[in-house]
Amino acid sequence: MNRRDFLSTVGAATVASIVPASALAQRSPAGYANLLVLVELKGGNDGLNTVVPYSDSEYYALRPRLAVPRDQVLQLDGRAGLHPSLEPLMALWTRRELAVVQSVGYPGANLSHFRSIEIWDTASNSNEYLGEGWLARTFAAAPAPRSFAADGVVVGGAEMGPFAGAGTRAIALTDTQQFLRQARLAAPAGVARNGALSHILRVEQDIVQAAANLNGNHAFATEFPRTPFGNAVRTASQVIASKAGVAAVKISLNGFDTHSNQPGTHARLLKDLAEGLAALRSALAEAGRWESTLIMTYAEFGRRPRENRSSGTDHGTASTHFLLGGRVKGGLYGPPPGLSRLDGNGNLPFAVDFRDVYATVIERWWGVESARALKGRFASLDIVRA
Amino acid sequence: MARIIGILIAGVLAAEGALAAAPLGFDDARHLLNRTSFAAGPADIEAFAALTREQAADRLLGWTGKPAVTPAPRWTGERFESPRRFRGMSAEERKLAQREIFRKALELQSWWLTEMLVTPSPLTEKMTLFWHNHFVSSQQKVRSPQLMHRQNALLRRHALGNFGELLHAAARDPAMVIYLDNASNRKGQPNENFAREVMELFTLGEGNYGERDIKEVARAFTGWSLDLDTGEFLFRRMAHDDGVKTVLGRSGAFDGAAVLDILLAQPQTAEFIVAKLWREFVSPEPDPAEVKRLARVFRESRYSIRTALRALLVSDAFYAPRNRATLIKSPVDLVVGTLRQFHFETGDVMPFVFTANRLGQALFAPPNVKGWPGGEKWINSTTLLARKGFLERLFRADELRPVLAAAMSDGMEQPRGVARIDEGRERFMRAMMEIRFDGGRWLAQFKGGDAAGVQRVLLAAAPVSSPAPDTRGMELIRQITQDPVYQLK
Repeated sequence: MNRRDFLSTVGAATVASIVPASALAQRSPAGYANLLVLVELKGGNDGLNTVVPYSDSEYYALRPRLAVPRDQVLQLDGRAGLHPSLEPLMALWTRRELAVVQSVGYPGANLSHFRSIEIWDTASNSNEYLGEGWLARTFAAAPAPRSFAADGVVVGGAEMGPFAGAGTRAIALTDTQQFLRQARLAAPAGVARNGALSHILRVEQDIVQAAANLNGNHAFATEFPRTPFGNAVRTASQVIASKAGVAAVKISLNGFDTHSNQPGTHARLLKDLAEGLAALRSALAEAGRWESTLIMTYAEFGRRPRENRSSGTDHGTASTHFLLGGRVKGGLYGPPPGLSRLDGNGNLPFAVDFRDVYATVIERWWGVESARALKGRFASLDIVRA
Repeated sequence: MARIIGILIAGVLAAEGALAAAPLGFDDARHLLNRTSFAAGPADIEAFAALTREQAADRLLGWTGKPAVTPAPRWTGERFESPRRFRGMSAEERKLAQREIFRKALELQSWWLTEMLVTPSPLTEKMTLFWHNHFVSSQQKVRSPQLMHRQNALLRRHALGNFGELLHAAARDPAMVIYLDNASNRKGQPNENFAREVMELFTLGEGNYGERDIKEVARAFTGWSLDLDTGEFLFRRMAHDDGVKTVLGRSGAFDGAAVLDILLAQPQTAEFIVAKLWREFVSPEPDPAEVKRLARVFRESRYSIRTALRALLVSDAFYAPRNRATLIKSPVDLVVGTLRQFHFETGDVMPFVFTANRLGQALFAPPNVKGWPGGEKWINSTTLLARKGFLERLFRADELRPVLAAAMSDGMEQPRGVARIDEGRERFMRAMMEIRFDGGRWLAQFKGGDAAGVQRVLLAAAPVSSPAPDTRGMELIRQITQDPVYQLK
């Protein structure tokens, strides 16, 4: 054994010693053949104007200028209807591949963008600071196959969000081709002499592994919208179409912090979102992955029910989110927004803890026990078919 | 045989005795300078190599405590721009005002980065940044570049002064009053944000107080507010709860200042601060016995930061081989250190502010009240590739210049309507074109471009992959700065 071999063996032993024994024992083939796609609506999406409680007179009283007129909503049932810009999602609703989860939030809501998204990303209580993302903890409890290109891929932006954490093999990229070009700056692992260096070498290794297994040249017939979000959807589709799997992909759409002149901005954002999701559905179907993909939207918070004086809305609490996919049980979940029970700040009560939704992904989609990753028991929703 | 052992022991004893007064030598001097300043060139290292540990620490500390050499933006000294001005503004006016705040915040970031690039006392900047990451406030919430600058001046003033005075001043700092919501902490409607963080993050550390203490401390700080017209601290007597509080087992009609003194009297406070200094300067894992010893020094000096830091910088642990190359450079370390190390000529520093932001360290905007977590958290696939990409662009600036020039002339023909983005982009590209590095001159410091000598200055430990023996010139610099070990200090 030469010096290099010896040291890399020592390095491997060190890695093994920091991975909890239970994680090694549970090298189960968790259901990571099922893919999760997270769609973050950055800035805090206005749930009330996304899925409109069009039969609630409180809604129209609180929003004399911003309310979506009753005759323009795309009705889902007798009470809820989609914003007209979400028309591309109606096909999914009709096929019962779209679940709408209402009143999603958490106790002690924090109204700061930064803090609240951290709470969502780490699945913490509102007064608790956790260093690791909820997906990082999930993968620590039940590792994804080593053959995967990565555990998670973040498309656009450098924030690892739910993937942040020591053990996760997560990659962030904006464009697959560009990533493959940049990745040449990463070298395969060398000799680790201490914790800091071994961390850097592992990240280099993750980059090299992802670069070796991702390709950016799948030819899709799908036409992707020519918008930044459309590009993100295209990149995500490229990642997903690569032969080596990934367990989760995150994309995001910016600009939901609509404090002023909301109607035009919000309509454009929702159009972007719906067209992007429709393109994603089409690309996934082409790649044969629609039946094995679950798409989920989330945001740091919803917006305040009462419109402000700038034709906008301020930071709020609970909001409505979408789950979609070939094996989603379409329909409405969770109670409608509690407009008659606003808190002292004029914000909505929540009814579905966001960690219930996470538990749904972890348990029902991946077949992994969720209490460890979520640091507590949360009730999953009966929202996907096995 | 016994005689030989005797000689050996005598030799070891002599070496031990001599050690304290011995000159540092090149590698120890490099280690000291790279941990306490942004990066050091061969001439500085040689100068320190001849000093003892004590002389070296005294020289570094002797340079601290002077005001910034870079003039602050003019508006920092102008009349306070009250948040009240937003009232009655139209949506359009408000948008313009927000844009102005954004512009000033960027200017403030540029000012600090410039100071870091030119300061004769990098340790002053490192310690100011250390306290910025301790008494955290963020422009994202404070939304007043003027108050953020005032806070920076305060941290700078006390950076190596007295921790007790710093704590008292930070608690009354207007940006802090806003950032941790003490402005809305009133009798009968307490806001516990500051109370929790002052114990958890500023003094005792988690687990050394209870929820009950938080409630009582919050009462003591009721009324600590600010004057919205002047931006000065204001004690609102009517909003203050002057009843009896019980904090950490002591009872009295405490106000905020009295509570801070109670916190300063707890031994955990000195240990908490010393452990944080350890993680900044020595290694990611503080040695509990050494922390206790240094904390005693800190308390006995009545919280002299200078005394504590000196004790740390002359300690065996600081120089221990096991602690070399164990810290990951922060984005600021990497960006400022590289520009200083290689004597880059720069014009507009905005691109480097953006680089630091992209690498995860936006000055005046730490991610949350806990500050930048640092260490391994600095490095993920994106930030590592961004770090490497930044280094590559720097050392290929000559090749990139014509490409940028072409891109800029293309940019001129872009349609209107995206003017603001283009303005920023143009400024960015122009600044990138202004970067100059004289590789030949820099390498001339090393006789004959000696590769081993270059490595010894640039890297805290042997590289992961050594350049081929005949590698010279810019290629040598590129390879060494792309090595993972270049990310360490």
